[in-house]
Amino acid sequence: MTTTTDLVSYEDALASYDPVMGLEVHVELGTKTKMFCGCSTELGAEPNSQSCPTCLGLPGSLPVVNATGVESAIKIGLALNCEIAEWCRFARKNYFYPDMPKNFQTSQYDEPIAFNGYLDVQLEDGTTFRVEIERAHMEEDTGKSTHVGGATGRIHGAQHSLLDYNRAGIPLIEIVTKPIVGAGERAPEVARAYVAELRELIKALGVSEARMEMGQMRCDVNLSLMPKDADKFGTRSETKNVNSLRSVERAARFEIQRHAAVLSGGGTIVQETRHFHEDTGSTTSGRVKEEAEDYRYFPEPDLVPVAPSRDWVEELRATLPELPLARRNRLREEWGVSAVDMQAILNAGAIDPIVATIEAGADATSARKWWMGELARTANETGTHLEALPITPEQVARVTALVAEGSLNDKLARQVIEGVLKGEGTPDEVVEKRGLKVVSDEGALTAAVDEAIAGNPAIADKIRGGKVAAAGALVGAVMKATRGQADAARVKELILEKLGVSEG
Amino acid sequence: MPGITREEVAHLARLARLELKPEELDHFAGQLDDIIGAVARVSEVADQDVPPTSHPLPLTNVMRADEVRSSLTPEQALSGAPAQEQQRFKVPQILGED
Repeated sequence: MTTTTDLVSYEDALASYDPVMGLEVHVELGTKTKMFCGCSTELGAEPNSQSCPTCLGLPGSLPVVNATGVESAIKIGLALNCEIAEWCRFARKNYFYPDMPKNFQTSQYDEPIAFNGYLDVQLEDGTTFRVEIERAHMEEDTGKSTHVGGATGRIHGAQHSLLDYNRAGIPLIEIVTKPIVGAGERAPEVARAYVAELRELIKALGVSEARMEMGQMRCDVNLSLMPKDADKFGTRSETKNVNSLRSVERAARFEIQRHAAVLSGGGTIVQETRHFHEDTGSTTSGRVKEEAEDYRYFPEPDLVPVAPSRDWVEELRATLPELPLARRNRLREEWGVSAVDMQAILNAGAIDPIVATIEAGADATSARKWWMGELARTANETGTHLEALPITPEQVARVTALVAEGSLNDKLARQVIEGVLKGEGTPDEVVEKRGLKVVSDEGALTAAVDEAIAGNPAIADKIRGGKVAAAGALVGAVMKATRGQADAARVKELILEKLGVSEG
Repeated sequence: MPGITREEVAHLARLARLELKPEELDHFAGQLDDIIGAVARVSEVADQDVPPTSHPLPLTNVMRADEVRSSLTPEQALSGAPAQEQQRFKVPQILGED
């Protein structure tokens, strides 16, 4: 386990080999109940409080498929431009492992509900890459194991394991790509962009929250290298349960470097499962597959076939929302931002808040400025995401309205936002309580300007002599005197007016 | 129709976690061979135009609404467990995996 892995530099690896990837993503659906029984899927319940004879695999129990689970699978298939099977069955995937009390997982084998699709993904620089989809099929999640007696809960050295079956039977959709070829050095970026786009798609469909950090979406990265002049794929490794976007990219990159080291040293890649380690960004060998897996799939006799009528499929197609990439492209045009900026907005999770702020009356530029500036920074510092901040898009829109009407300047607006985030009330309440108002009383402003000129005769002379840039210092003095509550542009105007110069 | 070999029986026994004695391997190989031979006769009459059957009833799309029904209590769920700890099923060390 502790032996170091030989790597070659990423550039050298790509100079000699082309990477081929296959990505398998499991999405836990957000249904209220499990796939084949009525047990709740609510998170955080007491161990083994959400199980029944069906999901425990007790004799005599019979599964019945969840209609919403099938509907979600079809929606995902349609959004991925797949064909939807006219008739398909579930199959038993037989294996012995304590996370599945039935000793088989109910899945689909050679008759997936959706197949032959594609998803267009956008890379950081705005170019589009098409990822072909092999299939999307329905299955169920396993129970949760806790390993006792080993170091830090790991399976190695564990004395025994404890099983909680609350998760066993929760609906999963497994989405499998066709081999992704031709991405070259951008393969890790494509992998990340694909998983990111898929997550956006799943969220837009409303079938799952797809929170990777909560295990609602998990990715297996299959990767192999082939020499540049070869026409056959190399042997692949399967890196399991890579559970963040960043990790997907790092795992692909690491495996490219590792495979290249083995191959260029004259070795052969072992087909095996590998584990990704978040802390080091490396993978280690898991289980070696001495033989092809023998799951003895056979059609599930306890469930009848699923045959979605074409009417139902078309009805579902009609309910699909505008898909995320198309929506981002539309918003990009409406907001007048570059592809790179849009990517940053997406990465910050700011699209929906900005849209809602604009709907509440703000202009696009201001809405974007607040969510991507002040608020993104706060979310970052407090380790949360934008939509979890204690401020609503309506409140941000109100702040921008106050700025637009001239009763707040940017500096004061920041203080208002800070107040709202601290729970001091609505923007108007914070303005009221903190006494934040731009000083628009010309008399008070003029007095402050006179005072600043009198207090800084040398600077005033410079300005009189034509050095308009020096006015900044006087503006600063006025702002200080009014505790930031003056309209800086108006102050500058007044100063120049008083000193008899005009802005060049 | 090729016969079921001893090796195939041993392989299946391993997958099913069954410990079989050498004489049992031979015994079951013969029995399985007979069973499969009998079932295979179906293909003598079922041609391409007869689709394979996986369910005896001509039903499709039997689904249930996504509505929560009560589960077993943890005590009931664990009542058949040979061992338990922290309200969870306790299983022996998982060997040779991961």
